[in-house]
Amino acid sequence: MKRHLISAADLTRDDALLILDTADELAKISERSIKKLPTLRGRTVVNLFFEDSTRTRISFEAAAKRLSADVINFSAKGSSVSKGESLKDTALTLEAMGADAVVIRHGASGAPYRLAGWVRGSVVNAGDGTHEHPTQALLDAFTMRRRLGALDGRKITIVGDVLHSRVARSNVLLLATLGAEVTLVAPPTLFPVQVGSWPCEVSYDLDAVLPKSDVVMMLRVQRERMNAAFFPTEREYSRRYGLDRDRVAKMPDHAIVMHPGPMNRGMEIAAEVADSPRSTIVEQVANGVTARMAVLYLLLGGADLGGEI
Amino acid sequence: MNDRIGATRDGIVIRGARILGGEPADILIRDGLLVEIGQGLTGGETVEAEGLIALPGLVDLHTHLREPGREDAETVDTGTRAAALGGYTAVHAMANTEPVADTAGVVEQVWRLGQEAGHCDVQPVGAVTVGLGGERLAELGAMADSAARVRVFSDDGKCVSDAVLMRRALEYVKAFDGVVAQHAQEPRLTAGAQMNEGAVSGRLGLTGWPAVAEEAIIARDCLLAAHVGSRLHICHVSTAGSVEIIRWAKSKGWDVTAEVTPHHLLLTDDLVEDSPVGSYNPIYKVNPPLRTRADVEALREALADGTIDCVATDHAPHPVEDKETEWAAAAMGMIGLETALAVVQEAMVDTGLLDWAGVAERMSLAPARIGRLQGHGRPIEAGAPANITLYDPSVRAAVDPAGYASKSRNTPYEGLTLPGRVVATFLRGRPTVLDGKLT
Repeated sequence: MKRHLISAADLTRDDALLILDTADELAKISERSIKKLPTLRGRTVVNLFFEDSTRTRISFEAAAKRLSADVINFSAKGSSVSKGESLKDTALTLEAMGADAVVIRHGASGAPYRLAGWVRGSVVNAGDGTHEHPTQALLDAFTMRRRLGALDGRKITIVGDVLHSRVARSNVLLLATLGAEVTLVAPPTLFPVQVGSWPCEVSYDLDAVLPKSDVVMMLRVQRERMNAAFFPTEREYSRRYGLDRDRVAKMPDHAIVMHPGPMNRGMEIAAEVADSPRSTIVEQVANGVTARMAVLYLLLGGADLGGEI
Repeated sequence: MNDRIGATRDGIVIRGARILGGEPADILIRDGLLVEIGQGLTGGETVEAEGLIALPGLVDLHTHLREPGREDAETVDTGTRAAALGGYTAVHAMANTEPVADTAGVVEQVWRLGQEAGHCDVQPVGAVTVGLGGERLAELGAMADSAARVRVFSDDGKCVSDAVLMRRALEYVKAFDGVVAQHAQEPRLTAGAQMNEGAVSGRLGLTGWPAVAEEAIIARDCLLAAHVGSRLHICHVSTAGSVEIIRWAKSKGWDVTAEVTPHHLLLTDDLVEDSPVGSYNPIYKVNPPLRTRADVEALREALADGTIDCVATDHAPHPVEDKETEWAAAAMGMIGLETALAVVQEAMVDTGLLDWAGVAERMSLAPARIGRLQGHGRPIEAGAPANITLYDPSVRAAVDPAGYASKSRNTPYEGLTLPGRVVATFLRGRPTVLDGKLT
């Protein structure tokens, strides 16, 4: 495996399967009363969050702590960053503190690549702008595999604001690596102009795609997109691309519904769908900790897992 | 060659230079003029130029010298040193300084700073609109009538996007044979734009700068220039579509000229994704952005066939801290004065698209003509001002900005191997550069 995890494209098929298999092993710990391993004792993981994301931050924090790492949370708000300190100076500060891994969430696409040039530790991308969110893709793949088995040949439909979605980018790359067949569905305004060059299919018609989907993943739609005329109204978006009960009825019986959260209930997903047995939304949160444990474990070169579990 | 050369009373003989790549000849210069071209000429001092190409002193239509206002990035002095080392004898200083060069006072200040520095002539460009605000015409006539004798007007960095204002500017400058140099960028189509909109921007999640935002403005402005019968110049053309529109406008006989930068002749947008200096390195962030290989090919072809009239550097210095950031926070622009000729050799001459006479036309004669610049861009012949660049095309070296005269280091070519070396530059008979060093 590469030293950093910045793009899902950094992972070979063997890397991805190793992470998912490791996550399977680690999941057993989560079922124990004492959910902690000594593996990363003495190692320091910094959560460097330039954007508010409590969900992702606590997921990484829980993952690191279950592996006994020391965790430093560095939030941009109220820190020197808000006083104009550059990313480079922040990186040098972390470097001086001896961070073994830096988990970075940043509003600017590509910021983790810049950071990786300035620190010695491993950089884990926890979401950069509209670029990627590879651990989200790993936890999604982990969730799918637990529900459906191996992903080769599985048909995954991802619906929503692909243009601005780091979740979509990472999922397309990882799922293609794992042999799944991905179809992206959105209004044409919410695709990048040359999405045809991506390793997936593209459709504007959700209803046509649903009957042949093993997984339907709904993406969050930011309300501010409406003001920029990407679509006329929330109601029209919801009518054409929202997942409601009628649309779920078109899906095969075994098919599951996913959402990376946070949801706009009633917008891209109906409340009754989100809360239905097909929905894996709560599982995804739990699996997020497990998948991130596997990533930190493997990047920081944890000892052989077999003896510890 | 030696450092004592410079006293021109007895003249200087440049010995054995290949004028525009032709047969070796001697060039006698005296009192700032090119006196004679021939064989076995004698004069006060001799500059050996065996194997060197002699070109008319290069002229840049598009230079950011940053003074006044951003002297941390560049000054007239450092920028013109860089220009001389790049073989330039005249540069047009863009108007987007602080304060903006939108009055006779500011353009005269820049012009005088150039005179005092003395490394090359500085011809100020005047802003089209007050403060580059795009709302009211600046006092174009006052700048034209000033000691700086402004003929090129540009809001470069910003587009004159208001169609009525652009029409008025095109009409107004006819009174003093001026030209409006348009930075063609439709602002609504490029809000927050970070790089060329295409496959790479889609993968990288960077807001796209679509080719149509340039092409739509160029098409509109060509039609406006034709309608009011004025001169239009297009800055830094970057797309294949723009080339087609300009070719069409020229076929109509309209007075439209265009420039291309060296970096748009060589570099492509995939460098943002993957390069020797990493991913998302803002050293490649520039406006207009680096485009695709197909665009580069179209630009080279257009420069070769004359659809694009000239090469202009868009030399845009920025301090280190404005580039050592995440992509979105970084400043746009690249320095280029000291590498322009090398890049043109690489992209145009070594590929067989342009000979040295063509390089002289595109980098000296045409830009001087478009800028109505007196005393520059003249063929190398007896009676012309002795503005001459001696260039050795036979060497190749890795680009190392450590030795650059520019105050800034934001070159996209660092570590790349490029051909050629400017050996000497003469400004009205006085060497500003000898043996590759400032005199």
